[in-house]
Amino acid sequence: MARVTTGITSSHIPALGAALETGNWNNEYWGPVFEGYQPIKDWIARPENTPDVVVLVYNDHATAFDMNIIPTFAIGCAEKFEPADEGWGPRPVPDVIGHPDLAWHMAQSLILDDFDMCIMNDMKVDHGCTVPLSMIFGEPEAWPCKVIPFPVNVVTYPPPSGRRCFNLGDSIKAAVESFPEDLNVHVWGTGGMSHQLQGPRAGLINKDFDLNFIEQLIDDPETLSKMPHIQYLRESGSEGIELVMWLIMRGALGDKVKDLYRFYHIPASNTALGALILQPEATAGEALEPRSVMSGHSLAA
Amino acid sequence: MPDKKERIDIHKYLAEFEDIPGTRVFTAQRARKGYHLNQFAMSLMKDENRQRFLADEKAYLDEWDLTDAAKKAVLARDYNGMIDEGGNIYFLSKLFSTDRKSFQFAAGSMTGMTQEEYAEMMLKGGRSPEGQRSIKGKY
Repeated sequence: MARVTTGITSSHIPALGAALETGNWNNEYWGPVFEGYQPIKDWIARPENTPDVVVLVYNDHATAFDMNIIPTFAIGCAEKFEPADEGWGPRPVPDVIGHPDLAWHMAQSLILDDFDMCIMNDMKVDHGCTVPLSMIFGEPEAWPCKVIPFPVNVVTYPPPSGRRCFNLGDSIKAAVESFPEDLNVHVWGTGGMSHQLQGPRAGLINKDFDLNFIEQLIDDPETLSKMPHIQYLRESGSEGIELVMWLIMRGALGDKVKDLYRFYHIPASNTALGALILQPEATAGEALEPRSVMSGHSLAA
Repeated sequence: MPDKKERIDIHKYLAEFEDIPGTRVFTAQRARKGYHLNQFAMSLMKDENRQRFLADEKAYLDEWDLTDAAKKAVLARDYNGMIDEGGNIYFLSKLFSTDRKSFQFAAGSMTGMTQEEYAEMMLKGGRSPEGQRSIKGKY
């Protein structure tokens, strides 16, 4: 049967993609970010850690969904998904190859489990989906695994509650585990961490909030899932609300998890960046060495 | 019959958003107001539209059902003005991408700081949340 072996979180900011495409990934500004991701890239390149399928939870940034259609939870069931033109021309990255059998199975299972999924068969994917793939798999000719894009509305209010996201993760776990094929499945939660991209308060970063969020996500997601939207908005900036998507990943890993790796960096453009590898405790592998990396201004007292 | 689930009071939920300094949350009310402005921005995902827009911005804007304030804000690249008209930053990103500008440029332009000052603030750890969480509570 298929298993959710790993949860990964990653930022998905477009500037990371631009840093790769312009060759600036190892300059003074971006170098520490790409260094912080290198252990994740090395870890996932080992054959025993490379997923067969990634369920990639992200938010569409007004790309596949404009103001006409705003699904709260959607699932990409197509054979493939092309990178979208977000105004600069499409990102020069491989097409995202789906896993329609698992995706349709998940859609059915989730609907039976009371999550009314929007099924997408023709969808372009934006930086929310492709930047995490670039950060974690680098620049290959083709992505090394199948990907099921899983867009969540966090743009038009109200987004789903943290509680509902956490419960959705649990239902994703059940959906994957009822798929008969033997597959190593990852669930990735992307976006965050604290950031605000609009208005006079733009540029807000809250290191204390972010580090507590990571701790609680690992040890007490049940309590974390009850945090109301207003607290995300006040503490982590208007776009920090993306962090509810990390709870979908966490919910898919079961009660106890082991953190294999944590990376936190300030700033990546307008944002604080966080990247984690988590595994269900019962089947967890060895933690990376070093297990926790902080860089940039996050090291300041 | 089991106990009814605990419900969120929608009026309280929405009212709290108005208590965050320097922030306009993209509520249904703003989404309705900004419908045409945001759809105009979406149209810039096609290269032919970008070229047409850049060749004659005013004529292109006149094809859309926009308020005068929205048109003025677009022409002036006044992102705070566009958000006041119901624009959302992810929709408006198609406009600043057409201008070959980054999210950092657009965000910085809304703060009253110069681009250099904003970049410097980010390098030094970003804007502190202290005093920025609540207008009423001043914390």
